[in-house]
Amino acid sequence: MWRFVGGRLLQAIPVILAVITVTFFLVRIAPGGPFDSEKAVIPEVKAALEAQYRLDLPLGQQYLAYLSDLARGELGPSFKYPGRSVNELIAAGLPATAELGAYALLVAVLLGGLAGVFASLKPNSAQDYIPMSVAMIGICMPTFLLGPLLVLVFGIHLEWLPVSGWGDMPGDKILPSLTLGAAYAAYIARLSRAGMLEVMSQDYIRTARAKGLPEWQVVTRHALRGGLIPVVAFLGPAFAGLLAGSFVVETIFQIPGLGRFYVQAAFNRDYTMILGTTVFLSTLIVLFNLLSDILAAWLNPRLRAQYGEA
Amino acid sequence: MALLSVRDLQVDFTTRNGRVTAVNKISFDVESGKITAIIGESGSGKSVACYSLLGLLPSPPASVECGTALFEGRDLLAMSEAQLREIRGRDIAMIFQDPMTCLNPYMTVGDQLVEPLVYHGKVSKAVARERALELLGEVGMREPAATIDQYPHQFSGGMRQRVMIAMALINEPKLLIADEPTTALDVTIQAQILKLVAELQHKRNIGVIFISHDLSVVADIADEIVVMEKGQLVERGDRAAIFERAQHPYTRKLLDAIPAGSKAVSSEARDDLITVSHLCTWFGQGRGREPLRAVDDVSFTIQRGEVLGLVGESGSGKSTIGRSLLRLVPITSGEVLFDGTDVTALEGVALKQMRRRMQMIFQDPYASLNPRMSVYDALAEPLLLHGIESRKTVEQGVLKLMDDVGLARAFVRKYPHEFSGGQRQRIAIGRALATRPEFVVADEPVSALDVTIQAQILDLMLELGREYGLTMLFVSHDLAVVRHIADRILVLYKGKVVEQGTGEALFERPQQEYTRQLLQSIPGRLLLA
Repeated sequence: MWRFVGGRLLQAIPVILAVITVTFFLVRIAPGGPFDSEKAVIPEVKAALEAQYRLDLPLGQQYLAYLSDLARGELGPSFKYPGRSVNELIAAGLPATAELGAYALLVAVLLGGLAGVFASLKPNSAQDYIPMSVAMIGICMPTFLLGPLLVLVFGIHLEWLPVSGWGDMPGDKILPSLTLGAAYAAYIARLSRAGMLEVMSQDYIRTARAKGLPEWQVVTRHALRGGLIPVVAFLGPAFAGLLAGSFVVETIFQIPGLGRFYVQAAFNRDYTMILGTTVFLSTLIVLFNLLSDILAAWLNPRLRAQYGEA
Repeated sequence: MALLSVRDLQVDFTTRNGRVTAVNKISFDVESGKITAIIGESGSGKSVACYSLLGLLPSPPASVECGTALFEGRDLLAMSEAQLREIRGRDIAMIFQDPMTCLNPYMTVGDQLVEPLVYHGKVSKAVARERALELLGEVGMREPAATIDQYPHQFSGGMRQRVMIAMALINEPKLLIADEPTTALDVTIQAQILKLVAELQHKRNIGVIFISHDLSVVADIADEIVVMEKGQLVERGDRAAIFERAQHPYTRKLLDAIPAGSKAVSSEARDDLITVSHLCTWFGQGRGREPLRAVDDVSFTIQRGEVLGLVGESGSGKSTIGRSLLRLVPITSGEVLFDGTDVTALEGVALKQMRRRMQMIFQDPYASLNPRMSVYDALAEPLLLHGIESRKTVEQGVLKLMDDVGLARAFVRKYPHEFSGGQRQRIAIGRALATRPEFVVADEPVSALDVTIQAQILDLMLELGREYGLTMLFVSHDLAVVRHIADRILVLYKGKVVEQGTGEALFERPQQEYTRQLLQSIPGRLLLA
């Protein structure tokens, strides 16, 4: 098991390194720089700023210097927020984003899983078509449309829930979590329906019925585990996607999260901030993928045995 | 009174093309302490009839149209699902064909075993576990205490079937329905499982319905035999009546299909086409681990035009030998001479040319044909690839192959799923013969087929072998089948040749203990001798 985890972690290093390299050079190729602005800046001041942030060095040296900082866990100073390091900024934005992501994932798994399993029990009936059609709409509906719609209905029209904020008022976390989780809930509904349908057609389900078990026990004891393995394998990419994609929701609901820093950094050409968040998020993506792989393997005794040996 | 008495059972299926009657007004009885065998080909309705008794058929499309099934005086067909559920797994238990897929891969064997007892018997898990351990010992599991917490994939096919049997018996049912319980197993394992079922049935005095496509399987154990064809019951009688005085032509066809007798040995001297010396194929070497010696120092020759039979259990290395000859697996050491050329040294173009002269037919015609290629495409591909036919003449070539393997020309544009198992195997044979090979490796080509279809395919292979002047390596776990088709037989055990000779010599005068054991495993050998 540890060998498998270790191997996967080692594989992650070149992946993350490639992400850093590509991002590093891409942001520098993009037109404009961090200290360009409409106002004319005195050339001496600009030169001094660039020297302070090592932008006057040749590109290769900048790259190596960044890598050596990174190896010490330093993501560098932010260009646009003077006096604050990228580490500090990420630490400031992460809690809200992580919490939002976790709630959204919970929404996705509970709503999606229930809908998928429910639909799979009576395939090609109304019980199947209705939740699956809703899921299809959920996949098609962009977050920037769903968010305002929910705000309109539950916030303004019904006045049940606050329309924005994060942790300021009771219930203000519900709408953002729903908005962010909806699309993933729809994916999970489709995945779990397909997984359950496949498992329910297996011979061992017939064996379970031949034992005289009632149908709900056949589903919960015999089918659920195998049917939900595809969902578990999807959780890693889903959580990473939630974190990375939370920007829109954070903007709609005025949440002080990581996503907003990330996008602002791109507009501002805040090189270290862009790089820092990219490195941080790609590391998270790799980690969560690994985590869900381990979980999926642990659920499947066959794979567990394989990795146990390796 | 009979334990189970089925009268006028009719089961229909609603399909897109209208209603199909799968089981047509059949009647039979099962007595306590007796085995009733239901025999018929795939699609004869034998399984459908039994599943319908327990309400295990998906409905729709299936529906029981009429009939009664009195089990201890109560009509199973009139019961509600809840009433049936009380009987399923408690009074009537089932064993299924494929122990690989019928056990839940995500649950330990023990958890699955105790389930029927905990649910129906309302006993605690600990008590049920004690009972399960006892039963595992009774069905012949070594070290039940060590294996009860393992997962199904850690067991061999035979062991899994023993687990299934223990699971079926854990509530001491009065009736056991066994649906082809040995069809997926090797002959030797089949013999053990048959013996076990008969013993347990005798000891507990329970009634058994034993479903099979193969009359020889039930020859030693059945008390009553019911023969079904296309949903109809064509004949029923006790064992002696069926085997000695079969009335219906279909029953006789089933009896004739049982492979028996040796092939006549031709005495003409022929040169060796293939010489294998000291062949070793090992897997998983390196990192200081002991390699799996799948084939371990095997030497033999095959004469031109000869059919050499290769017999052994799963894991004996018989398939690996076939694959090694064709260079489909890397050979560890040894030499394979084909018509004077060392196959093991060939690379690139020379290997491709050699492969044209050697072909393979696989066990599972379902898996080995590309589902997205029509028969025409499947047969035309090798013809064009090896330049045997040009674009202009390829259609004629394909049609000729269709004729040769006995498929109607009209089927040429159809896809594999539209054919039956036997027809698919004919396609696979046609594809193998397309390159005009001199040598064919047939790896269990009839193991997945019904007995009657099996006989047809064996005859086809013999006939084509003569017509094409083929040399053949015929790999099978079934001695009776090999004896029917092979000139000479090699018996393989754990990667080594233990005995070889003509079919007659092996059957009459087996020299080795293992060969004797294989011979004793052939079902119905006493009755059919």
